[in-house]
Amino acid sequence: MNETTPSLEQLLQEVLAEHKVSTSCNPIGQLTVTVPVQHWQSVALKLRDDERFAFAQLIDLCGVDYLGYGNDEWETEQATSEGYSRGVDALGPGRFDWAHRPEAAEVENRFAVVVQLLSLQHNRRLRLRCFPPLQPMPLLPSLVEVWNSANWYEREAFDLFGIVFEGHPDLRRILTDYGFVGHPFRKDFPLIGNVTVRYDEEQRRVVYDTVEIEPRVTVPRVVRRDSRYVQPDRSSSGNQEQEA
Amino acid sequence: MAEIRNYTMNFGPQHPAAHGVLRLILELDGETVVRADPHIGLLHRATEKLAESKPFNHSIGYMDRLDYVSMMCNEHAYVRAIEQLIGIAVPKRAQYIRTMFDEITRILNHLLWVGTNGLDLGAMTMFLYAFREREQLMDCYEAVSGARMHATYYRPGGVYRDLPAQMPKRQETRWTKGKDLQRVNAWREGSLLDFLQHFCDDFDSKVDDYETLLTDNRIWKQRTVGIGTVSPERALQLGFSGPMLRGSGVQWDLRKQQPYACYDEVDFDIVVGVNGDCYDRYLVRIEEMRQSNRIIKQCIAWLREHPGTVMPKNFKVVPPTREEMKEDMEAMIHHFKLFTEGYIVPEGETYAAVEAPKGEFGCYLVSDASNKPFRVHLRAPGFVHLSSMHEMLSGHMLADVPAIIGTQDIVLGEIDR
Repeated sequence: MNETTPSLEQLLQEVLAEHKVSTSCNPIGQLTVTVPVQHWQSVALKLRDDERFAFAQLIDLCGVDYLGYGNDEWETEQATSEGYSRGVDALGPGRFDWAHRPEAAEVENRFAVVVQLLSLQHNRRLRLRCFPPLQPMPLLPSLVEVWNSANWYEREAFDLFGIVFEGHPDLRRILTDYGFVGHPFRKDFPLIGNVTVRYDEEQRRVVYDTVEIEPRVTVPRVVRRDSRYVQPDRSSSGNQEQEA
Repeated sequence: MAEIRNYTMNFGPQHPAAHGVLRLILELDGETVVRADPHIGLLHRATEKLAESKPFNHSIGYMDRLDYVSMMCNEHAYVRAIEQLIGIAVPKRAQYIRTMFDEITRILNHLLWVGTNGLDLGAMTMFLYAFREREQLMDCYEAVSGARMHATYYRPGGVYRDLPAQMPKRQETRWTKGKDLQRVNAWREGSLLDFLQHFCDDFDSKVDDYETLLTDNRIWKQRTVGIGTVSPERALQLGFSGPMLRGSGVQWDLRKQQPYACYDEVDFDIVVGVNGDCYDRYLVRIEEMRQSNRIIKQCIAWLREHPGTVMPKNFKVVPPTREEMKEDMEAMIHHFKLFTEGYIVPEGETYAAVEAPKGEFGCYLVSDASNKPFRVHLRAPGFVHLSSMHEMLSGHMLADVPAIIGTQDIVLGEIDR
């Protein structure tokens, strides 16, 4: 469905050469363009206005936090004498509370902003990715002027990941509570959260408490890259019938 | 003369016309809306973050709870994303079942929409009729999955199980017995497909009934014609999809343009509006129900002819059956691994979209070769549509607020996620 001909990839590299973009194509033919921060807006404008691309719609924009990418909680390379508990006792995503959250690590390219574009004219999709610098804060130019639909998506990415969009007309929190502290979708934010809200009978108003529930993730995170999971034949995905 | 200032009004979050927990801050100049600022997030459950701490399969049920009136379409986007990364092939019969249930879901959604939107604008009867038909379709959900709404029926690789050979019948109650019971069970003598066939043969006349109530209704037209007009250019710029985009006259339907499941094998038309106002979007949705009905009929015909499996035999992803487990040690081990650890999705990222009843529902999935998703982002059509609220409302009267909220067909479950 998202089949892109090699020509689009070539065309992108040709037209966007001055913007130092890099393109990659995944096995199902979806094309991703990684754009440097300083060219983020100009690349977007070109993709929208150039007739050969005509990406009229910004379908989706989201933040990604790559902290802990590829980390597992259970070594699977070799057999050990330890039991299941080695997986349960780990401190992976969702298994810590506010007091024990990991130090915010300074990983290069920790945050990314991913945009899905759609060209109705050419019936094509394209994914843009940008790694904003971490210092002093994850900051990149806003795309609201290019595609108005980016407005709330950028607010969401700001709210959940703390990515700041320069030039956004109204960068407020959108999904979290009024007066919320922190950016909950960052990998170093506890899954159980930090505060809980309840109605206090004595004070006769809603009060904030520290969260009481324990972190409880039962299935350990396992990373496997054995040959079993490498599927050589990609062409059979989609509509074709599977032989029984 | 005293200075006249604008009046700021709070609408919701608990308001029957807000279609959920939507809070709108409206700035009014007399009765005209000058500024609308939707506050969302009151139903935020962090579905995407929860999914990061669970094996892939555990999150299918969460998808039902996003847009809780188009359950199976949400599942479809999610399982398609997983299938694309694993590269697993889905049996044709499962694809047809998915196509059929996507369309059942579309009818379910549009019925709820036409009912509640009618209710918002003062057409009470619509609601009762729409829910009568919804009930029949929810029985189909129940027959295949055991749940009336949150089905968790689609699984990576296919669907949970094949269609039942016997449509469950209604039991006798104090209120339904004798002839009434016979009438209620008249369609339920055969299989699920027989039941659906009866429903489809009858449904077009039901849609005609709805139209006699609304389409030429003077009050209905006064409330919808020329309200919330969006030009095609603005609709694209604002990221609209689905009936909101087609209502503005843009011919775009993922089922046709980027077909998935079996949409390239069934015959149907894209419905497009002309003026881009609430009335045109109403007409688009009504006609879409007829088109969905057409697709369901074709799916029924195909499914009757072609029995077969609905899940591939791939124990790395699809759990073995009970019978297989009793006889085969391998199957037993696979079952254990699948239910304690889940399956591994190869490293990569994908974006899979389906034409949900409200618009494009997409799932952006990043996997780092583990048994849990690294990042899931769900592209909810309602989120984008609601973000245009200010533009659509500005200059309209306060009484048009429910009409415009209604025409956007928003469900806060998918907007807040």
